[in-house]
Amino acid sequence: MSGHSTYQPQSRFMKWFEARLPIAGLIHSSFVAYPTPRNLNYWWTFGGILSFMLGVQFVTGIVLAMHYTPHVDHAFNSVEHIMRDVNYGWLLRYLHANGASMFFLAGYIHVFRGLYYGSYKDPREVLWILGVILLLLMIATGFMGYVLPWGQMSFWAATVITNLFSAIPLVGESVVTWLWGGYSVGNPTLNRFYSLHYLLPFVIAGVVVLHVWALHVAGQNNPAGIDAKAKQDTVAFTPYATIKDAFFLVCFCVLYAWFVFYVPNYMGHADNYIQANPQVTPTHIVPEWYYLPFYAILRAIPSKLGGVTMLLASIAILAFVPWLDTSRVKSASYRPLYRQFFWIFVLVCVGLGWLGSKPAEGGYVIAARILTAWYFIHFVIILPLLGLFETPKPLPSSISEAVLREGVPIGASGPAPGRDKARP
Amino acid sequence: MTLTRTILAVAAVGVAAMLACHGAGAAESESPPQLKWSFAGPFGLYDEAQLQRGFKVYREVCQNCHGLSLLAFYNLADPGGPGYSAAQATAIAGEYQVTDGPNDQGEMFQRPGRAADHFPPPFPNEQAARVRYNAVPPDFSVIAKARTYERGFPWFVIDMFSQYQEHGVDYIAAYVNGYEDAPSGFNLPDGSYYNKYFPGHSTAMPKPLVDGQVDYTDGTPAKGEQYAKDVSAFLMWVAEPHLEVRKRIGFQVMIFLIVFAGLLYFTKKKVWAEVGGHA
Repeated sequence: MSGHSTYQPQSRFMKWFEARLPIAGLIHSSFVAYPTPRNLNYWWTFGGILSFMLGVQFVTGIVLAMHYTPHVDHAFNSVEHIMRDVNYGWLLRYLHANGASMFFLAGYIHVFRGLYYGSYKDPREVLWILGVILLLLMIATGFMGYVLPWGQMSFWAATVITNLFSAIPLVGESVVTWLWGGYSVGNPTLNRFYSLHYLLPFVIAGVVVLHVWALHVAGQNNPAGIDAKAKQDTVAFTPYATIKDAFFLVCFCVLYAWFVFYVPNYMGHADNYIQANPQVTPTHIVPEWYYLPFYAILRAIPSKLGGVTMLLASIAILAFVPWLDTSRVKSASYRPLYRQFFWIFVLVCVGLGWLGSKPAEGGYVIAARILTAWYFIHFVIILPLLGLFETPKPLPSSISEAVLREGVPIGASGPAPGRDKARP
Repeated sequence: MTLTRTILAVAAVGVAAMLACHGAGAAESESPPQLKWSFAGPFGLYDEAQLQRGFKVYREVCQNCHGLSLLAFYNLADPGGPGYSAAQATAIAGEYQVTDGPNDQGEMFQRPGRAADHFPPPFPNEQAARVRYNAVPPDFSVIAKARTYERGFPWFVIDMFSQYQEHGVDYIAAYVNGYEDAPSGFNLPDGSYYNKYFPGHSTAMPKPLVDGQVDYTDGTPAKGEQYAKDVSAFLMWVAEPHLEVRKRIGFQVMIFLIVFAGLLYFTKKKVWAEVGGHA
């Protein structure tokens, strides 16, 4: 869809330069002239928000790395040194720690948006799978970053998560020793986590380039889930999408700033302000909020290997969604049944998150098992069957017709349930 | 069944299940009372007089067992703190003996503290503390952020919006006065004390504060409860010394972002009007 560049260099220098490296034309065709469906709603601004958050994490993280000491005896105090002595160090650290939470929040909304509007379907399967890879990389990066302050939760989270690999038959124990660089979580572990926490964001940035590339080949999906056919179905990326992205990004930053400046430790755990102590196990070892649903799935399965398998499967299954969903219709706006199951699925994920924060005992375990079962049933049973049995609503013939119908753009306020009553 | 009704029904079942589970998992320690703190809320500021009183309590009582390893004496004169002058901070430092060295003879030696020194530890190492106290009294540098109590649903969600984040100080203030006789049938180990707020109720620290123990010269009642409040506020400052500037900058950032968002919104409206105003 991006097509051939329409960029016309004006100055003599740019003509000379463009003939040798046509990068201005690439930028122009990707971020200026690039046609975007005119009916995109605000749920489509999260890609831009994610790029911004990645940038924030890079900038704050690189400066933090200048003051941080990756050693078991100094890591905790060096983080406190950043909080106390480094100029605006408290701001950098709170931006970075809460930035991770915001990154995941935006990431999950982005994924759910894709699930709601069928953004994974032909021809965007590769784009979607790259997104799943990004999610995996984010999870790995966030986890290793959480270990670096070397508080109690850092240490015990590292111990619990690395121990999961011991579930691998035959070689499990050796793999864990290899990961630790010793016979327990210690200084070599902290050092390699630091190294990888610095490396993986660059891998993320690389995959983001592929993700955006794939997006610009297939073109954006949209709330109507139909392809742009004519010129009036699209608008130029700049200024239309840019200004809309910018507006909502600033709104998102209000939320981000709320956490950073007013409740900076809300997302964290008090125990992580206690220096790591291998002799003392915290009462409840709980991961950060963004891992809680996966943690609930892990603990819902009575066997260790089974739990680890389901944990990995819960993320891996996303990569197969393009083929598990058999419906020809993309957007849930025209899929009355799928829309209901989608929202049930959202609630199941939130419920799993809450259960992940609770001790694995009694009613919590039973609830976690039911919701875990539903999580997988949604993908392997409901998605394939719905496509066969559901009668979709009639699709609009074009995006511009979808926009003009009712005088209100479809999904202008996103997949809000209340709006659907207006439609027959 | 409409979509809205489905979602409401599922949500209701979920909330009911949460509350049921919560009821089942409850009955641990009593929640500390929520006190009024000058540093709470978006415009919160430390009360200098309170921090100075809290510091006095710390020096006369807590310091015997609990260190402040991350705090330097000059921090006492930092803006947004207890409000001592640089000269006062230096004078306070001089009242402490710190270990320095090795000197030219290869010996460690004691000298009076200087403003750049950190507070000296109350014992040379953990083993020494264990011999003396049968436990290692925790360092106080970040303790106000390292302690909390369970809020439960729905309070933990409400806290995000109400900006309640004084869990640590509320807990500490309640804990130091939370000593009671153990209820009959409670198996209290030797050398432990019953505290109704301490998780598990069996704490190694004896009741630290009694009325009249520390002299207050500013007319504040010299009561155990007041000591607890003041020393908790002091520990909050020690744990979060840049709280005031954080909240002040935060307000400026918020104003900027909201105005900027408003300008962008109207710019967006105007730009989109050229193509029919949709989306």
